[in-house]
Amino acid sequence: MIEAKNIDFYYGDFHALKNISMRMETNTVTAFIGPSGCGKSTFLRLFNRMNDLIPATRLTGECLIDGRNIYDRSVNVDELRKNVGMVFQKPNPFPKSIFENVAYGLRVNGVRDKRFIREKVEESLIGAALWDEVKDKLKKSAYELSGGQQQRLCIARALAVSPSVLLMDEPASALDPISTSKIEELIHSLKERYTIVIVTHNMQQAARVSDKTGFFMLGELIEFNDTKKIFLNPDKIETQNYITGRFG
Amino acid sequence: MTHKRTNQRIAFWTLRLLGLLVVAILLWILGFIVYHGIGVINWEFLTTAPTDGMTGGGIFPAIVGTCCLIVGSMIVAFPLGVMSAIYTTEYAGNGKIVRFIRIMTNNLGSIPSIIFGLFGMSLFVNALGFGDSIIAGSFTLGLLALPLVIRTTEEALKAVPDSYRTGSLALGASKLQTIWKVVLPSAFPNISTGLILAIGRVSGETAPILFTAAAYFLPKLPSSIYDQVMALPYHLYVIATSGTDLEATRPIAYGTALVLIVIVLAMNLLASLLRRHFGKKVKTN
Repeated sequence: MIEAKNIDFYYGDFHALKNISMRMETNTVTAFIGPSGCGKSTFLRLFNRMNDLIPATRLTGECLIDGRNIYDRSVNVDELRKNVGMVFQKPNPFPKSIFENVAYGLRVNGVRDKRFIREKVEESLIGAALWDEVKDKLKKSAYELSGGQQQRLCIARALAVSPSVLLMDEPASALDPISTSKIEELIHSLKERYTIVIVTHNMQQAARVSDKTGFFMLGELIEFNDTKKIFLNPDKIETQNYITGRFG
Repeated sequence: MTHKRTNQRIAFWTLRLLGLLVVAILLWILGFIVYHGIGVINWEFLTTAPTDGMTGGGIFPAIVGTCCLIVGSMIVAFPLGVMSAIYTTEYAGNGKIVRFIRIMTNNLGSIPSIIFGLFGMSLFVNALGFGDSIIAGSFTLGLLALPLVIRTTEEALKAVPDSYRTGSLALGASKLQTIWKVVLPSAFPNISTGLILAIGRVSGETAPILFTAAAYFLPKLPSSIYDQVMALPYHLYVIATSGTDLEATRPIAYGTALVLIVIVLAMNLLASLLRRHFGKKVKTN
């Protein structure tokens, strides 16, 4: 379970997230929607502490994963990121072979057992619905794959280190419709084993893949509820306006 | 209208001729050296020591000496340069200290090479007591090459997309692992290009080794890094200006110049081939 309590976040003087609290249950898919610059990606990146990489940021409030504050000083950030995988907007495989891309996370986390790595790579590629397409060319460069395949490779890469949470930052926005639907199917199947949080600009996508949806605007969480409720009968007028396309 | 077009044409041809002039000058120099030097080049010239008060024989010790100095200076400049570039691009952010280091690196690169020679003499030869030696010359040439290595490595590291870094960190890799396993391998082709350019630079330098490493005449090869060596650029200087029989040794001087220029051009050619080869590879990505 992921829980945010009274999160405020600043880029320098800019107040990017304003007093946000929400809970995401285990093995559910939560979607964040909202206009560009509303803070949804910033909020997503809090949960694997990728915002730490940006200088001059400040955070108050608590981020709990399975009851533990991940911003506690005792937390090992590398361990956290192993547990909380991330898939980025643009597919970003390493300039290595398909196999080495997936094995990378294991290797940097000190796994040496070759057989284990091989099994884990296969398992992860199967999990990311890519195995059948690449099993005969594992030694080929990851950049010989199509964009959609590259993105599934990045998902496989994240799965290989056995995370419990998967953060996806607009994972299909750079892909064609067929690749997008493959990613969406994949999200459905991954839900059984992972807690998934996905940021998307595509409202149909949010409606299709998520159990719960949070609507962000200007750094505030306007509404957070069951996806059906958000799209059929939202409580707030801002949400209504956004999903009906009156602004955004 | 026609007036305008004529002007245009004149400007175009002037610029084109000036551009071609640069090529012509280069070809002239090369042709001149080749024309005068090719006659003495043979297997013996490349593999034997000078004889008869440097009016006969070959330039083998000078070739070996220059190779020693190249290897030595790269051992000094490469790790130091690559590591400081990693520090400035990957770790240090963009604060005052980094800007200061950058400015100083550029300044270091614009110091005349004779100053490096004097500095090397006072520090490595005298203060540290290395004497005129390969090691003193290597350190001096290494310092000279350092700014070039740092700059090219910095550029190479900056050319690595940030998405590789974030992708690696997001998998739980440490910063050091990220640099070592993802950033450096991706940057390596460009870094090696810089290395080769640096080799081209140091192999032709005379002033820095004048007081630190180069010997006027040494019939035998060096046996340790504390030995003096002959070196191609210095040898050329010697037989062109202060030999025992300048007129008779003119062809040897041109031959030496030819060997030196071939080494430097070969290095530059290798660098641009590498760059083109890996450049293509990156594009197909």
